[in-house]
Amino acid sequence: MSADNLKTHTPDDVEPGDAVRPGHPVQVSRYTVAARINHWITALSLIALALSGMALFTPSLFFLTGLFGGGQWTRALHPWIGVVLFFSFAGLFLRFWKANLPAREDGTWLARISDVLRGREERLPEIGKYNAGQKFVFWGMSGLIIVLIASGIAMWDQYFYAFTTIEQKRVAVLVHAVAAVCIICVWIIHVYAAIWVKGTIGAMTRGKVTGGWAWRHHRKWLRELVGTRPGKRPPTPAE
Amino acid sequence: MTNAWTDIKNTDLVVIMGGNAAEAHPCGFKWVTEAKATRGAKLIVVDPRYNRSAAVADFYAPIRQGSDIAFLMGLINYCISHDKVQWDYVKPFTNASFVVREGYAYQDGLFTGYDESKRDYNRDSWEYEIGPDGYAVVDETLQNPRCVWNLLKQHVAIYTPEMVERICGTPKDAFLKVAEMVGECSTPTKTMTSMYALGWTQHSKGAQNIRGMAMLQLILGNIGVRGGGMNALRGHSNIQGLTDLGLMSNLIPGYLNIPTQKEPDFTTYMSTRAFKPLRPNQTSYWQNYRKFFVSFMKSMYGPAATKENDWAYSYLPKLDVASYDVLRVFDMMKHGKVNLYFCQGFNPLQAFPDKGKLAAGLAKLKMLVIMDPLQTETARFWEDHGTFNKVNPADIKTEVIQLPTTCFAEDEGSLVNSGRWLQWHWPGGSPPGEAKTDIWIMAQIHLRLKELYKKEGGAFPDPIVNLNWSYKDPGEPTPEELAREMNGSVLVDVFDPADPTKKVLEAGKQLSGFGQMRDDGTTAGGCWIFSGCWTEAGNMMARRDNSDPGDAGMFLKWSFAWPANRRILYNRASCDLDGKPWDPSRKLIEWDGAKWTGYDVPDIPPTAKPRDVGPFIMNPEGTSRLWVRKMMRDGPFPVHYEPFESPVANVIAPKVRGNPVARVFPDDWKTFADIGDPNFPYAGTSYRLTEHFHYWTKNNHVNSVLQPEQFVEISEELAKDKGIALGGWVRVWSKRGELYAKAVVTKRIKPMTIDGKIVHIVGVPIHWGFVGAARKGFTANTLTPFVGDANIETPEFKAFMVNIEPSTGPVVA
Amino acid sequence: MFPPIPNPTVASDAATPRFGEKDILRRSASEVTPPAQRLTEVAKLIDVSKCIGCKACQAACLEWNNLTEEIGFNHGVYTNPMDLTPDSFTLMRFTEWVNPETENLEWLIRKDGCMHCEDPGCLKACPAPGAIVQYSNGIVDFQHDNCIGCGYCIKGCPFNIPRISKVDHTAYKCTLCSDRVAVGQGPACQKACPTQAIVFGTKDEMKDWAELRITDLKSRGFANAGLYDPPGVGGTHVMYVLHHADTPSIYAGLPDNPRISPLVDAWKGMTKYVGLAVMGFAAAAGFLHYVVAGPNKVSEEDEENAERLADGTPPPVPPASLQEGRTP
Ligand SMILES: Nc1nc2c(c(=O)[nH]1)N[C@H]1C(S)=C(S)[C@@H](COP(=O)(O)OP(=O)(O)OC[C@H]3O[C@@H](n4cnc5c(=O)[nH]c(N)nc54)[C@H](O)[C@@H]3O)O[C@H]1N2
Ligand SMILES: Nc1nc2c(c(=O)[nH]1)N[C@H]1C(S)=C(S)[C@@H](COP(=O)(O)OP(=O)(O)OC[C@H]3O[C@@H](n4cnc5c(=O)[nH]c(N)nc54)[C@H](O)[C@@H]3O)O[C@H]1N2
Ligand code: HEM
Ligand code: HEM
Ligand code: SF4
Ligand code: SF4
Ligand code: SF4
Ligand code: SF4
Ligand code: SF4
Ligand SMILES: [Mo]
Repeated sequence: MSADNLKTHTPDDVEPGDAVRPGHPVQVSRYTVAARINHWITALSLIALALSGMALFTPSLFFLTGLFGGGQWTRALHPWIGVVLFFSFAGLFLRFWKANLPAREDGTWLARISDVLRGREERLPEIGKYNAGQKFVFWGMSGLIIVLIASGIAMWDQYFYAFTTIEQKRVAVLVHAVAAVCIICVWIIHVYAAIWVKGTIGAMTRGKVTGGWAWRHHRKWLRELVGTRPGKRPPTPAE
Repeated sequence: MTNAWTDIKNTDLVVIMGGNAAEAHPCGFKWVTEAKATRGAKLIVVDPRYNRSAAVADFYAPIRQGSDIAFLMGLINYCISHDKVQWDYVKPFTNASFVVREGYAYQDGLFTGYDESKRDYNRDSWEYEIGPDGYAVVDETLQNPRCVWNLLKQHVAIYTPEMVERICGTPKDAFLKVAEMVGECSTPTKTMTSMYALGWTQHSKGAQNIRGMAMLQLILGNIGVRGGGMNALRGHSNIQGLTDLGLMSNLIPGYLNIPTQKEPDFTTYMSTRAFKPLRPNQTSYWQNYRKFFVSFMKSMYGPAATKENDWAYSYLPKLDVASYDVLRVFDMMKHGKVNLYFCQGFNPLQAFPDKGKLAAGLAKLKMLVIMDPLQTETARFWEDHGTFNKVNPADIKTEVIQLPTTCFAEDEGSLVNSGRWLQWHWPGGSPPGEAKTDIWIMAQIHLRLKELYKKEGGAFPDPIVNLNWSYKDPGEPTPEELAREMNGSVLVDVFDPADPTKKVLEAGKQLSGFGQMRDDGTTAGGCWIFSGCWTEAGNMMARRDNSDPGDAGMFLKWSFAWPANRRILYNRASCDLDGKPWDPSRKLIEWDGAKWTGYDVPDIPPTAKPRDVGPFIMNPEGTSRLWVRKMMRDGPFPVHYEPFESPVANVIAPKVRGNPVARVFPDDWKTFADIGDPNFPYAGTSYRLTEHFHYWTKNNHVNSVLQPEQFVEISEELAKDKGIALGGWVRVWSKRGELYAKAVVTKRIKPMTIDGKIVHIVGVPIHWGFVGAARKGFTANTLTPFVGDANIETPEFKAFMVNIEPSTGPVVA
Repeated sequence: MFPPIPNPTVASDAATPRFGEKDILRRSASEVTPPAQRLTEVAKLIDVSKCIGCKACQAACLEWNNLTEEIGFNHGVYTNPMDLTPDSFTLMRFTEWVNPETENLEWLIRKDGCMHCEDPGCLKACPAPGAIVQYSNGIVDFQHDNCIGCGYCIKGCPFNIPRISKVDHTAYKCTLCSDRVAVGQGPACQKACPTQAIVFGTKDEMKDWAELRITDLKSRGFANAGLYDPPGVGGTHVMYVLHHADTPSIYAGLPDNPRISPLVDAWKGMTKYVGLAVMGFAAAAGFLHYVVAGPNKVSEEDEENAERLADGTPPPVPPASLQEGRTP
């Protein structure tokens, strides 16, 4: 890609609202308010789903139904929350899917996963808005949510009893349970990553990260942002 | 029933033909199950449809509706030609040896004496040869060509297995299989029971269907024995009681007759009642007729019935026609000859044939009174229900009065079951709303009428004004009072003629049985056969001791069975000539050298010596009858006649249409489809479903759940021919009317080949109508013809011709 | 056989009209200590060869249990309603079957309803503690107070029996009239059956009874007559006498070899253990990682580099070895 093109072609991982604001430290806008609201609805739904689902998943957690007003409420609410999750995640998906498309450096990132885990970012390639781990979470969530909604509907006897055979329902519960376990694990990874990588939570709470954070974790994205700033040409490493 | 429900457990072979016991009598059917489980009994079902009884049968044979006589005569033919005859029974206990008078003959479907213009027979020649001693001539060697046995042999010869197949559509090998199983029961130690109902009675030759089987049972030696008999499965829980109590237009209680115009005085009336014995020593029990009749009249009219006024004989109506059966009444109604009709526990618009004609009749009434616990179609005949009941209410002037009654479960009384058991029952709940008992309503009407007659006189007030009405509360006699009255009581002390100091009967006491009834006005009794039901010992009908000595199935201490608590009629015939049981393992009674003893009440004077008196004490012959003299209007032997509407002409008598003496009203001929009419090619029949009781359980939610919507049953073959889908709508119509229903397409009905022609069957359950909780439907009787049996006027509900087509369902309103 | 076999030889203790906690052998989603001594195992035996399809049992069940089923439609068959519902614990299924050996039509009429499995799939699947219990006499009963209406029991049941009510959202099925049995009465359907196609008593008695019936059926040419007491679910407390016990499926799809589906086994077994383990492991791994690796913090230098980049001052070039990962 020639440098000229950058003016007209915003990179995939630069999203509307992403911007660099010089200062001390530099502030980088990472998420719009809408995106953040969208994310938190998704996050809360998933937590509610995990809690209500786990209540049914194993008797030892059945007490969790208390959080939802008892077993009947839990049973009745869970799928509806699932629907909320589905649509709100669909919102996130539309916002973020481009930025989560695979990039060449993802391979290297993955190959150097032990460096990732040790926090030796300097040994990693420059990364766009999201690293391969985040992309994995993104696509994992996307796929699992499709699986969960599909299997969830097949299990949702109150409205959809007549549409599947019992054998199909059995497959559905099994798949749903497995997918739920998977998505919870993915979520654990996601949340852990947010906690471990200091400064990340701010992205989802205030919408902003510091320039240093962006430099350290998503330098390529930062360069792109700087480059797309009106009147500023992004300095390329070749310069 | 000659026997009892409980006795069916004693049988070796159950033949359900002309009924569907599992469907219509499931509780009674348990005794079939019992016989199968404990005796290894076999069950044969012969029916146009593979029905619920067939579902548990060992063998099922199809038969075209209306052809049973051919089948039964075929069985008799088989038994005679294969020597499957219980000779030791047939010779002494039937009239096989009686010689028939010259002049009687049968040819081409008709007996001697037929008068086509009257559609009736002159039956004078249908009699025995009477010898110089005044008794019937018999030939015990059975050599005389005119003895009953030889006439029978000749009569049934035409009904070969091939002929049976041709008429009935029953494959020859299926027929032969049945014949073989039936034939096995001709040994003294094997018995067969016949269970039948409407599949036989609801034909223009219904009574002869039953005779056919009765004859077969006699030939096999199966009447009077445990596990044998002719077992009519009665319908309504108390329909047996209805006939017993003379609720027929030509009967008074206990099967006594209402006089006819030909019997203007008592002497004439009695002259034809007390049959003289036709053989030496015989009892001819009807000789007691006078005692029963006089006791009845005393019970009806009390002091107003005296020797001087011939026991008020003049009070009884004198019939100008044989009977005012329902068909006749509705025919008269249609002709504007009836003003007021009382409908008590009856829904004729649903229950009788040719709804169109019935509705026209009801519309001509001045007043219609309905006594019923439920809403009925009859009460609402004037309401427009679109296709379901298309009328213009403005055109109908009939005033309809509905009197809500209790139902049987809400009052006390007795019900008589098919086995003639009078079982007392108690109310199971209290009646809702303004419902009153039938007794209260009838009593109130009676009291008001009496008052009117007293005040205004009128043409002939005596029978009403003098009606004996000595109840504690005249406004509502109690069931107990009525039951005691039926039983009868002593009116005046009676002393032993030999020893005038010895009181034999004490005034005011209940009779212990009809044996105590007298013809001098000293006893009263409303229904002689019920006598013994409420004696000085109390209410015998309320007895509930289920002990069963000898495991015989008799249960003598449970309720009361008429007559005289006897459980098996003709039970003397369960023993050979010397009084030894045919089958010692199934002893019923036996002669112990001095008297008859055993598990049942002997049907013979207890000390009558075995060889002296024949077992059939009601008959002047002392025997049973294979040939019935002139006792039936349509012939001494059954003949196969086609139904009035039929796919084929009568194979054995092509010129005879229907039963030549059946009840047909002149107007109705034009409402019948011609024989073989291509517009009505399918043979229809109507019947019950276990889930419903007639037309009233459709008011009940649970029954309506179990069978919610009207349907007809057809074969897969017919469905294919006509493009009818399982569960799809069809329209079925006859020359008289139409109905819409869902199609139950089933393997249980198969097309039949009749005289070379393929005949499809259309089955029409009867239970739907335009009122109730179930989905609206049509009475089956929009389709059926207005024809009655020759002897008892039962309508021909079971055989009529229809057409069918796929449809989109009824157009409502 | 008549008078009808007496009320079951099941103790009726008026003081405890219903079965209680002490009688519970299994309880859904709960660990229970089974009673030291089981109550006598009971069973209802349905002799299909004696059944005339009169539906008296169906009516009795509706009446006894106070159920109000909808008035439906005719669908071209005698079966009605067409399937079990929360208000129809039992129904007669009619099959017209032509016996290929004799070419005779046979009308097979089977009373469908809960089989009261010894190893009940419904109970296994149920997530709600105590929504399903199995008494030690073998009766499997639903406790509506505990039921959450999830419908897992439907998936667990090899016979497709439970149904969820649209009214109170709990699962319903035949109770084997546990309320009647508890006081020494037979089930309502059994009482109503006119042909004694349904009998009730101890399981042993019922097996003996079935033996008699099977002998009778064999004598009538049903060589394959037999008892349906499927071992795959540990036997059942509702058993059938079938004329063709070799092919149960001809009776309106009665399972030939019912067992709890392997899917259900996997769902209720492996998945739970492995699932919990994996999730626990993920959480623990994160925790451990944090402890070992410590937080991934942004340094002052990073901030400066960022500022420089933002200002247009070129930041330091990363080592050449890492350059291949970048966009050109
Ligand atoms: N559930 C229920 N039980 C009832 C009643 C009810 O309405 N519902 N009604 C009661 C009353 S009042 C009565 S009278 C009885 C009637 O009892 P049933 O007579 O047993 O009843 P139906 O169903 O009218 O007819 C019986 C059978 O006759 C067959 N059939 C028709 N035509 C012929 C024929 O020509 N020959 C032969 N062999 N079979 C034929 C029919 O296919 C049917 O299977 O049932 C009583 N019991
Ligand atoms: N096509 C066709 N038609 C048939 C038949 C057939 O097989 N095919 N079968 C015929 C036969 S056998 C019969 S018996 C008739 C039945 O015909 P119906 O006897 O007219 O029929 P049910 O519906 O039994 O009507 C009886 C009425 O009595 C009422 N009732 C019940 N208890 C009491 C009571 O205590 N007091 C009073 N006052 N009323 C009471 C009920 O509510 C009901 O409305 O149908 C006949 N019609
Ligand atoms: C309490 C739970 C959660 C927390 C604390 C959390 C936190 C965060 C944070 C801090 C970010 C910003 C990361 C970044 O910008 O690099 C983020 C991004 C994101 N989160 Fe969450 N999150 C939670 C739950 C969820 C859930 C349940 C989902 C989806 C089902 C989700 C989907 C996303 C997505 C799609 C992004 C954008 C990053 C990407 O596309 O890869 N989050 N989250
Ligand atoms: C996406 C839409 C979803 C739908 C429609 C859905 C629907 C359902 C339904 C119908 C059930 C059965 C219990 C009930 O009726 O309440 C269920 C169970 C469950 N769901 Fe969901 N669900 C969805 C998403 C999720 C998600 C995202 C999770 C994970 C966090 C999840 C976890 C569970 C779990 C663990 C169970 C219990 C499974 C078991 O007992 O083995 N569900 N779900
Ligand atoms: S009416 Fe029904 S319950 Fe009553 S005896 Fe008849 S079949 Fe049995
Ligand atoms: S619906 Fe079934 S599985 Fe769910 S709680 Fe109720 S009984 Fe248990
Ligand atoms: S048949 Fe189904 S509902 Fe009944 S006990 Fe067995 S698994 Fe449970
Ligand atoms: S045992 Fe009770 S609940 Fe079960 S089908 Fe019979 S009557 Fe209904
Ligand atoms: S009550 Fe008995 S005979 Fe009637 S349908 Fe039920 S099981 Fe069969
Ligand atoms: Mo009847």
